Amino acid sequence: MFSLKDRKLAQDIVSKIKKSDVKLKFMHVCGTHQDTLVKHGLDVLLRNCGIEIGQGPGCPVCVTTPMEIEEMLLLARKGKTVTSFGDMINVPGETQSLRSMKEEGCDVRTVYGIEDAVDIAKNNKDLDVVFMAVGFETTAPTTASVLLRDPPSNFSILCCHRTIPEALRAIIKMGEIKINGLIEPGHVSTIIGTKPYEFLSKDYHVPQVITGFEPIDLLMGAWMLVQQIEKDEASVENEYTRVVHENGNIKAKQVIKKVFKPMDIKWRGFPVIPKSGLTLRDDFEKYDARKKYEIELEELKDKELMEPEGCKCGELLRGLASPFECPLFGQACTPETPVGPCMVSIEGCCNIEYRYSEK
Amino acid sequence: MCLAIPGKIIEIDKNKEHAAVDYGDGTKRKVNVTLVEVKVGGYVLVHAGFAIEVLNEKEAQETLDLFREMLSSEEGT
Repeated sequence: MFSLKDRKLAQDIVSKIKKSDVKLKFMHVCGTHQDTLVKHGLDVLLRNCGIEIGQGPGCPVCVTTPMEIEEMLLLARKGKTVTSFGDMINVPGETQSLRSMKEEGCDVRTVYGIEDAVDIAKNNKDLDVVFMAVGFETTAPTTASVLLRDPPSNFSILCCHRTIPEALRAIIKMGEIKINGLIEPGHVSTIIGTKPYEFLSKDYHVPQVITGFEPIDLLMGAWMLVQQIEKDEASVENEYTRVVHENGNIKAKQVIKKVFKPMDIKWRGFPVIPKSGLTLRDDFEKYDARKKYEIELEELKDKELMEPEGCKCGELLRGLASPFECPLFGQACTPETPVGPCMVSIEGCCNIEYRYSEK
Repeated sequence: MCLAIPGKIIEIDKNKEHAAVDYGDGTKRKVNVTLVEVKVGGYVLVHAGFAIEVLNEKEAQETLDLFREMLSSEEGT
Protein backbone atom coordinates (compact mmCIF):
# COMPACT_ATOMS: atom_id res chain seq x y z
CA MET A 1 0.00 0.00 0.00
CA PHE A 2 2.69 2.48 1.01
CA SER A 3 5.71 0.36 0.39
CA LEU A 4 8.80 2.12 -0.89
CA LYS A 5 10.79 -0.18 -3.09
CA ASP A 6 13.49 1.01 -5.43
CA ARG A 7 16.65 -1.08 -5.50
CA LYS A 8 18.49 1.32 -7.80
CA LEU A 9 17.78 4.25 -5.49
CA ALA A 10 18.97 2.21 -2.48
CA GLN A 11 22.20 1.38 -4.33
CA ASP A 12 22.70 5.05 -5.20
CA ILE A 13 22.33 6.06 -1.56
CA VAL A 14 24.79 3.40 -0.41
CA SER A 15 27.39 4.34 -3.03
CA LYS A 16 27.12 7.99 -2.01
CA ILE A 17 27.67 7.12 1.64
CA LYS A 18 30.63 4.93 0.66
CA LYS A 19 32.15 7.78 -1.35
CA SER A 20 32.00 10.00 1.73
CA ASP A 21 34.59 7.74 3.42
CA VAL A 22 33.36 8.30 6.96
CA LYS A 23 33.80 6.66 10.33
CA LEU A 24 30.71 7.50 12.35
CA LYS A 25 28.51 6.27 15.16
CA PHE A 26 24.76 6.86 14.95
CA MET A 27 22.10 6.01 17.50
CA HIS A 28 18.41 5.36 16.99
CA VAL A 29 15.80 4.78 19.68
CA CYS A 30 13.20 2.53 18.13
CA GLY A 31 12.72 -1.23 18.04
CA THR A 32 11.06 -0.98 14.64
CA HIS A 33 14.16 0.75 13.25
CA GLN A 34 16.34 -1.97 14.73
CA ASP A 35 14.07 -4.62 13.21
CA THR A 36 14.40 -3.09 9.72
CA LEU A 37 18.17 -2.68 10.10
CA VAL A 38 18.78 -6.28 11.15
CA LYS A 39 16.09 -7.95 9.02
CA HIS A 40 17.45 -6.43 5.81
CA GLY A 41 21.13 -6.57 6.78
CA LEU A 42 21.40 -2.78 6.67
CA ASP A 43 23.40 -2.74 9.92
CA VAL A 44 26.14 -4.77 8.20
CA LEU A 45 25.84 -2.83 4.94
CA LEU A 46 26.27 0.49 6.76
CA ARG A 47 29.11 -0.86 8.90
CA ASN A 48 30.92 -1.62 5.66
CA CYS A 49 30.40 2.04 4.74
CA GLY A 50 31.97 3.20 8.02
CA ILE A 51 28.72 3.75 9.95
CA GLU A 52 27.82 1.93 13.15
CA ILE A 53 24.13 2.27 14.03
CA GLY A 54 23.04 1.08 17.45
CA GLN A 55 19.80 1.06 19.39
CA GLY A 56 19.71 3.20 22.50
CA PRO A 57 16.88 3.20 25.06
CA GLY A 58 14.24 2.79 22.34
CA CYS A 59 12.13 -0.04 23.65
CA PRO A 60 9.44 0.87 26.19
CA VAL A 61 9.26 -2.61 27.71
CA CYS A 62 13.07 -2.76 28.02
CA VAL A 63 13.43 0.58 29.83
CA THR A 64 10.71 -0.26 32.36
CA THR A 65 12.50 -0.61 35.70
CA PRO A 66 12.68 -3.66 37.94
CA MET A 67 10.57 -1.70 40.49
CA GLU A 68 7.76 -1.11 37.98
CA ILE A 69 7.83 -4.82 37.11
CA GLU A 70 7.58 -5.74 40.81
CA GLU A 71 4.66 -3.31 41.29
CA MET A 72 2.81 -5.01 38.46
CA LEU A 73 3.56 -8.48 39.85
CA LEU A 74 2.55 -7.52 43.38
CA LEU A 75 -0.81 -6.14 42.19
CA ALA A 76 -1.47 -9.43 40.40
CA ARG A 77 -0.48 -11.33 43.55
CA LYS A 78 -2.87 -9.18 45.60
CA GLY A 79 -5.81 -10.24 43.45
CA LYS A 80 -6.02 -7.41 40.95
CA THR A 81 -6.71 -8.15 37.29
CA VAL A 82 -3.49 -7.03 35.62
CA THR A 83 -3.75 -6.22 31.93
CA SER A 84 -0.78 -5.49 29.71
CA PHE A 85 0.57 -5.56 26.19
CA GLY A 86 1.79 -9.01 25.18
CA ASP A 87 5.51 -8.40 25.70
CA MET A 88 5.23 -7.36 29.34
CA ILE A 89 3.84 -10.70 30.43
CA ASN A 90 7.20 -12.43 29.91
CA VAL A 91 9.48 -9.84 31.52
CA PRO A 92 11.16 -11.55 34.46
CA GLY A 93 10.89 -9.90 37.84
CA GLU A 94 13.00 -10.80 40.85
CA THR A 95 11.52 -14.27 41.14
CA GLN A 96 8.53 -14.41 38.78
CA SER A 97 6.97 -13.04 35.62
CA LEU A 98 3.32 -12.26 34.93
CA ARG A 99 3.22 -15.43 32.86
CA SER A 100 4.36 -17.65 35.73
CA MET A 101 1.86 -15.91 38.04
CA LYS A 102 -0.92 -16.48 35.51
CA GLU A 103 0.01 -20.16 35.45
CA GLU A 104 -0.37 -20.15 39.22
CA GLY A 105 -3.89 -18.77 38.90
CA CYS A 106 -3.44 -14.98 39.11
CA ASP A 107 -5.69 -12.93 36.84
CA VAL A 108 -3.34 -11.67 34.13
CA ARG A 109 -4.68 -10.73 30.73
CA THR A 110 -2.96 -9.65 27.54
CA VAL A 111 -4.63 -6.81 25.66
CA TYR A 112 -4.10 -5.22 22.27
CA GLY A 113 -4.62 -1.71 23.64
CA ILE A 114 -5.98 0.17 26.63
CA GLU A 115 -9.57 0.14 25.33
CA ASP A 116 -9.63 -3.66 25.67
CA ALA A 117 -8.60 -3.27 29.33
CA VAL A 118 -11.42 -0.76 29.93
CA ASP A 119 -13.90 -3.17 28.33
CA ILE A 120 -12.80 -5.87 30.79
CA ALA A 121 -13.47 -3.42 33.66
CA LYS A 122 -16.87 -2.41 32.23
CA ASN A 123 -17.97 -6.00 31.80
CA ASN A 124 -16.69 -7.20 35.18
CA LYS A 125 -17.66 -4.69 37.84
CA ASP A 126 -16.44 -7.04 40.59
CA LEU A 127 -12.85 -6.98 39.29
CA ASP A 128 -10.21 -4.35 40.04
CA VAL A 129 -8.62 -3.93 36.63
CA VAL A 130 -5.14 -2.38 36.35
CA PHE A 131 -3.60 -1.55 32.97
CA MET A 132 0.20 -1.48 32.76
CA ALA A 133 0.59 1.76 30.78
CA VAL A 134 4.00 1.49 29.14
CA GLY A 135 5.08 3.31 26.00
CA PHE A 136 6.53 6.53 24.69
CA GLU A 137 4.74 9.53 23.18
CA THR A 138 3.17 7.26 20.54
CA THR A 139 1.24 5.34 23.19
CA ALA A 140 0.64 8.04 25.83
CA PRO A 141 -2.24 9.70 23.88
CA THR A 142 -4.11 6.39 23.75
CA THR A 143 -3.99 6.24 27.58
CA ALA A 144 -4.92 9.91 27.87
CA SER A 145 -7.88 9.61 25.47
CA VAL A 146 -9.35 6.76 27.48
CA LEU A 147 -8.96 8.54 30.83
CA LEU A 148 -10.70 11.61 29.40
CA ARG A 149 -13.75 9.45 28.59
CA ASP A 150 -14.54 8.61 32.18
CA PRO A 151 -13.67 4.91 32.45
CA PRO A 152 -15.35 2.90 35.25
CA SER A 153 -14.12 3.31 38.84
CA ASN A 154 -12.80 -0.27 38.96
CA PHE A 155 -10.22 0.68 36.29
CA SER A 156 -6.81 2.21 36.95
CA ILE A 157 -3.39 2.43 35.34
CA LEU A 158 0.13 1.75 36.53
CA CYS A 159 1.67 4.65 34.68
CA CYS A 160 5.08 3.88 33.15
CA HIS A 161 4.96 6.28 30.18
CA ARG A 162 8.23 7.92 29.22
CA THR A 163 9.28 10.57 26.74
CA ILE A 164 12.20 10.42 24.33
CA PRO A 165 13.88 13.85 23.95
CA GLU A 166 15.01 14.22 27.58
CA ALA A 167 16.39 10.68 27.55
CA LEU A 168 18.49 11.60 24.52
CA ARG A 169 19.80 14.64 26.38
CA ALA A 170 20.75 12.32 29.27
CA ILE A 171 22.70 9.98 26.95
CA ILE A 172 24.59 12.86 25.39
CA LYS A 173 25.30 14.50 28.75
CA MET A 174 26.48 11.26 30.33
CA GLY A 175 29.19 11.23 27.66
CA GLU A 176 29.84 7.48 27.83
CA ILE A 177 29.42 7.19 24.09
CA LYS A 178 30.27 9.58 21.27
CA ILE A 179 27.21 9.94 19.05
CA ASN A 180 27.77 11.63 15.69
CA GLY A 181 24.11 11.63 14.72
CA LEU A 182 20.65 10.61 15.87
CA ILE A 183 18.04 8.74 13.83
CA GLU A 184 14.84 9.94 15.49
CA PRO A 185 11.81 7.65 15.86
CA GLY A 186 9.16 8.10 13.19
CA HIS A 187 6.09 7.27 15.22
CA VAL A 188 7.05 9.16 18.38
CA SER A 189 7.63 12.08 16.02
CA THR A 190 4.21 11.52 14.39
CA ILE A 191 2.81 12.69 17.73
CA ILE A 192 5.35 15.29 18.92
CA GLY A 193 6.49 16.71 15.56
CA THR A 194 9.98 17.98 14.81
CA LYS A 195 10.46 20.81 17.31
CA PRO A 196 10.97 18.94 20.62
CA TYR A 197 14.32 17.62 19.31
CA GLU A 198 15.74 21.00 18.31
CA PHE A 199 17.51 21.68 21.61
CA LEU A 200 19.73 18.64 21.03
CA SER A 201 21.13 20.13 17.83
CA LYS A 202 21.34 23.63 19.26
CA ASP A 203 22.85 22.80 22.66
CA TYR A 204 24.99 19.77 21.76
CA HIS A 205 25.58 20.20 18.01
CA VAL A 206 24.09 16.78 17.22
CA PRO A 207 22.67 16.25 13.70
CA GLN A 208 19.26 14.54 13.70
CA VAL A 209 16.99 13.00 11.09
CA ILE A 210 13.44 11.82 11.79
CA THR A 211 13.23 8.61 9.82
CA GLY A 212 10.61 6.16 8.55
CA PHE A 213 10.73 2.39 8.73
CA GLU A 214 11.26 1.08 5.20
CA PRO A 215 14.85 0.02 4.36
CA ILE A 216 15.13 2.96 1.99
CA ASP A 217 14.04 5.36 4.76
CA LEU A 218 16.89 4.23 7.01
CA LEU A 219 19.48 4.43 4.23
CA MET A 220 18.22 7.89 3.36
CA GLY A 221 18.26 8.90 7.05
CA ALA A 222 21.89 7.78 7.35
CA TRP A 223 22.85 9.66 4.20
CA MET A 224 21.12 12.84 5.40
CA LEU A 225 23.08 12.63 8.67
CA VAL A 226 26.33 12.18 6.71
CA GLN A 227 25.45 15.27 4.69
CA GLN A 228 24.95 17.35 7.82
CA ILE A 229 28.22 16.10 9.32
CA GLU A 230 30.18 16.84 6.15
CA LYS A 231 28.85 20.40 6.19
CA ASP A 232 29.48 20.64 9.95
CA GLU A 233 25.79 21.41 10.46
CA ALA A 234 23.47 20.21 13.20
CA SER A 235 19.72 20.46 12.78
CA VAL A 236 16.55 18.36 12.84
CA GLU A 237 15.68 17.11 9.37
CA ASN A 238 12.58 15.13 8.51
CA GLU A 239 12.97 12.19 6.14
CA TYR A 240 9.52 10.77 7.05
CA THR A 241 7.55 13.68 5.58
CA ARG A 242 4.79 11.40 4.32
CA VAL A 243 3.70 10.86 7.94
CA VAL A 244 5.48 13.31 10.28
CA HIS A 245 4.48 16.97 10.26
CA GLU A 246 6.31 19.83 11.92
CA ASN A 247 3.70 20.26 14.66
CA GLY A 248 2.96 16.56 15.04
CA ASN A 249 -0.55 15.40 15.90
CA ILE A 250 -2.01 18.41 17.69
CA LYS A 251 -5.05 16.57 19.08
CA ALA A 252 -2.81 13.86 20.52
CA LYS A 253 -0.49 16.42 22.09
CA GLN A 254 -3.48 18.18 23.64
CA VAL A 255 -4.84 15.04 25.29
CA ILE A 256 -1.39 14.17 26.67
CA LYS A 257 -1.12 17.65 28.17
CA LYS A 258 -4.61 17.51 29.68
CA VAL A 259 -4.01 14.21 31.47
CA PHE A 260 -0.29 14.07 32.22
CA LYS A 261 2.48 16.29 33.52
CA PRO A 262 6.22 15.65 33.16
CA MET A 263 8.05 13.91 35.99
CA ASP A 264 11.56 12.79 36.82
CA ILE A 265 11.83 9.04 36.33
CA LYS A 266 14.42 6.28 36.34
CA TRP A 267 14.94 4.23 33.16
CA ARG A 268 16.43 0.75 33.28
CA GLY A 269 20.19 1.11 32.96
CA PHE A 270 20.03 4.84 33.68
CA PRO A 271 19.83 7.01 36.75
CA VAL A 272 16.76 9.23 37.23
CA ILE A 273 16.34 11.33 34.06
CA PRO A 274 14.75 14.72 34.78
CA LYS A 275 11.36 15.33 33.14
CA SER A 276 11.52 12.16 31.05
CA GLY A 277 8.38 10.55 32.42
CA LEU A 278 4.67 11.28 32.52
CA THR A 279 2.54 11.25 35.66
CA LEU A 280 -1.21 11.79 36.01
CA ARG A 281 -2.43 15.28 36.82
CA ASP A 282 -4.41 15.69 40.07
CA ASP A 283 -7.79 15.51 38.28
CA PHE A 284 -6.99 11.96 37.18
CA GLU A 285 -5.51 10.70 40.47
CA LYS A 286 -8.43 8.32 40.96
CA TYR A 287 -7.09 6.28 38.05
CA ASP A 288 -3.56 6.09 39.50
CA ALA A 289 -3.04 2.49 40.65
CA ARG A 290 -0.06 3.58 42.80
CA LYS A 291 -2.34 5.85 44.85
CA LYS A 292 -5.40 3.60 44.75
CA TYR A 293 -3.43 0.57 45.94
CA GLU A 294 -0.87 2.33 48.11
CA ILE A 295 -1.41 -0.12 50.97
CA GLU A 296 -1.06 -3.16 48.71
CA LEU A 297 2.19 -1.75 47.29
CA GLU A 298 3.57 -0.68 50.70
CA GLU A 299 5.94 -3.67 50.97
CA LEU A 300 7.92 -2.45 47.92
CA LYS A 301 8.67 0.88 49.56
CA ASP A 302 12.44 1.31 50.02
CA LYS A 303 13.05 -2.15 48.55
CA GLU A 304 16.37 -2.40 46.71
CA LEU A 305 16.03 -4.24 43.43
CA MET A 306 18.96 -5.45 41.39
CA GLU A 307 19.29 -6.05 37.66
CA PRO A 308 19.37 -9.78 36.84
CA GLU A 309 22.86 -11.19 37.43
CA GLY A 310 25.11 -11.03 34.36
CA CYS A 311 22.46 -9.22 32.30
CA LYS A 312 23.83 -6.46 30.07
CA CYS A 313 20.45 -4.82 29.25
CA GLY A 314 21.53 -1.62 31.03
CA GLU A 315 24.66 -1.23 28.89
CA LEU A 316 22.76 -2.18 25.74
CA LEU A 317 20.15 0.49 26.43
CA ARG A 318 22.89 3.09 26.88
CA GLY A 319 24.38 2.04 23.54
CA LEU A 320 27.60 0.75 25.11
CA ALA A 321 27.43 -2.89 24.06
CA SER A 322 25.91 -5.15 21.43
CA PRO A 323 23.92 -8.29 22.24
CA PHE A 324 26.87 -10.42 21.08
CA GLU A 325 29.01 -8.94 23.85
CA CYS A 326 26.65 -10.32 26.49
CA PRO A 327 27.82 -13.74 27.71
CA LEU A 328 24.20 -14.75 28.34
CA PHE A 329 23.01 -13.99 24.78
CA GLY A 330 21.62 -17.08 23.07
CA GLN A 331 22.95 -19.26 25.90
CA ALA A 332 21.30 -18.71 29.27
CA CYS A 333 19.15 -15.97 27.73
CA THR A 334 16.79 -16.77 24.84
CA PRO A 335 13.22 -15.65 24.02
CA GLU A 336 11.97 -18.86 25.69
CA THR A 337 14.07 -18.32 28.83
CA PRO A 338 14.76 -14.56 28.91
CA VAL A 339 17.00 -13.13 31.62
CA GLY A 340 16.54 -9.47 30.70
CA PRO A 341 13.79 -7.51 28.95
CA CYS A 342 15.85 -6.84 25.79
CA MET A 343 15.43 -10.56 25.00
CA VAL A 344 11.69 -10.50 25.82
CA SER A 345 10.35 -7.63 23.80
CA ILE A 346 10.05 -7.90 20.03
CA GLU A 347 11.48 -4.37 20.10
CA GLY A 348 14.46 -5.37 22.24
CA CYS A 349 17.81 -5.54 20.45
CA CYS A 350 18.61 -9.02 21.81
CA ASN A 351 15.27 -10.44 20.73
CA ILE A 352 15.70 -8.94 17.25
CA GLU A 353 19.26 -10.29 16.82
CA TYR A 354 18.21 -13.69 18.10
CA ARG A 355 15.14 -13.88 15.86
CA TYR A 356 16.96 -13.05 12.64
CA SER A 357 20.13 -14.99 13.43
CA GLU A 358 17.97 -18.12 13.66
CA LYS A 359 16.75 -17.69 10.09
CA MET B 1 5.46 -0.77 21.01
CA CYS B 2 5.79 2.12 18.61
CA LEU B 3 4.92 -0.18 15.77
CA ALA B 4 2.14 1.37 13.68
CA ILE B 5 0.38 -0.28 10.79
CA PRO B 6 -1.40 1.40 7.87
CA GLY B 7 -5.01 0.48 7.18
CA LYS B 8 -8.04 1.65 5.23
CA ILE B 9 -11.16 3.10 6.87
CA ILE B 10 -14.11 0.93 5.84
CA GLU B 11 -16.88 2.26 8.06
CA ILE B 12 -17.17 4.89 10.76
CA ASP B 13 -19.41 4.37 13.82
CA LYS B 14 -22.34 6.72 14.42
CA ASN B 15 -20.63 8.31 17.42
CA LYS B 16 -17.52 8.89 15.25
CA GLU B 17 -15.26 7.48 17.97
CA HIS B 18 -14.45 4.20 16.26
CA ALA B 19 -14.04 2.92 12.74
CA ALA B 20 -13.60 -0.45 11.07
CA VAL B 21 -10.13 -0.59 9.55
CA ASP B 22 -8.98 -3.05 6.89
CA TYR B 23 -5.27 -3.85 7.04
CA GLY B 24 -5.25 -5.21 3.50
CA ASP B 25 -4.36 -8.78 4.49
CA GLY B 26 -7.92 -9.79 5.29
CA THR B 27 -7.65 -8.51 8.86
CA LYS B 28 -10.27 -6.02 10.00
CA ARG B 29 -10.34 -4.33 13.39
CA LYS B 30 -12.23 -1.71 15.35
CA VAL B 31 -9.99 1.31 15.79
CA ASN B 32 -10.40 4.45 17.91
CA VAL B 33 -10.29 7.46 15.56
CA THR B 34 -10.71 10.33 18.03
CA LEU B 35 -7.13 11.57 17.55
CA VAL B 36 -7.50 12.13 13.80
CA GLU B 37 -9.96 13.44 11.20
CA VAL B 38 -11.00 10.49 9.06
CA LYS B 39 -13.28 9.66 6.19
CA VAL B 40 -14.38 6.37 4.68
CA GLY B 41 -11.87 5.20 2.08
CA GLY B 42 -9.00 7.13 3.68
CA TYR B 43 -5.88 5.54 5.12
CA VAL B 44 -4.66 5.78 8.71
CA LEU B 45 -1.66 4.66 10.72
CA VAL B 46 -2.81 2.51 13.66
CA HIS B 47 -0.96 2.04 16.96
CA ALA B 48 -2.32 0.09 19.96
CA GLY B 49 -5.89 0.32 18.68
CA PHE B 50 -5.79 4.04 17.89
CA ALA B 51 -5.37 5.82 14.56
CA ILE B 52 -2.46 8.20 15.22
CA GLU B 53 -2.18 9.87 11.80
CA VAL B 54 -3.92 10.09 8.47
CA LEU B 55 -1.86 8.89 5.52
CA ASN B 56 -1.77 10.78 2.30
CA GLU B 57 -1.27 8.33 -0.56
CA LYS B 58 -0.09 11.05 -2.94
CA GLU B 59 2.56 12.20 -0.46
CA ALA B 60 3.67 8.60 -0.01
CA GLN B 61 4.04 8.11 -3.74
CA GLU B 62 6.00 11.34 -4.07
CA THR B 63 8.51 10.26 -1.42
CA LEU B 64 10.73 8.34 -3.83
CA ASP B 65 10.75 11.23 -6.31
CA LEU B 66 11.73 13.54 -3.47
CA PHE B 67 14.62 11.23 -2.50
CA ARG B 68 15.85 11.06 -6.10
CA GLU B 69 15.73 14.81 -6.30
CA MET B 70 17.68 15.17 -3.06
CA LEU B 71 20.38 12.79 -4.27
CA SER B 72 20.77 14.52 -7.62
CA SER B 73 20.78 18.04 -6.17
CA GLU B 74 23.62 16.99 -3.89
CA GLU B 75 25.56 15.94 -6.99
CA GLY B 76 25.24 19.44 -8.40
CA THR B 77 26.67 21.16 -5.33
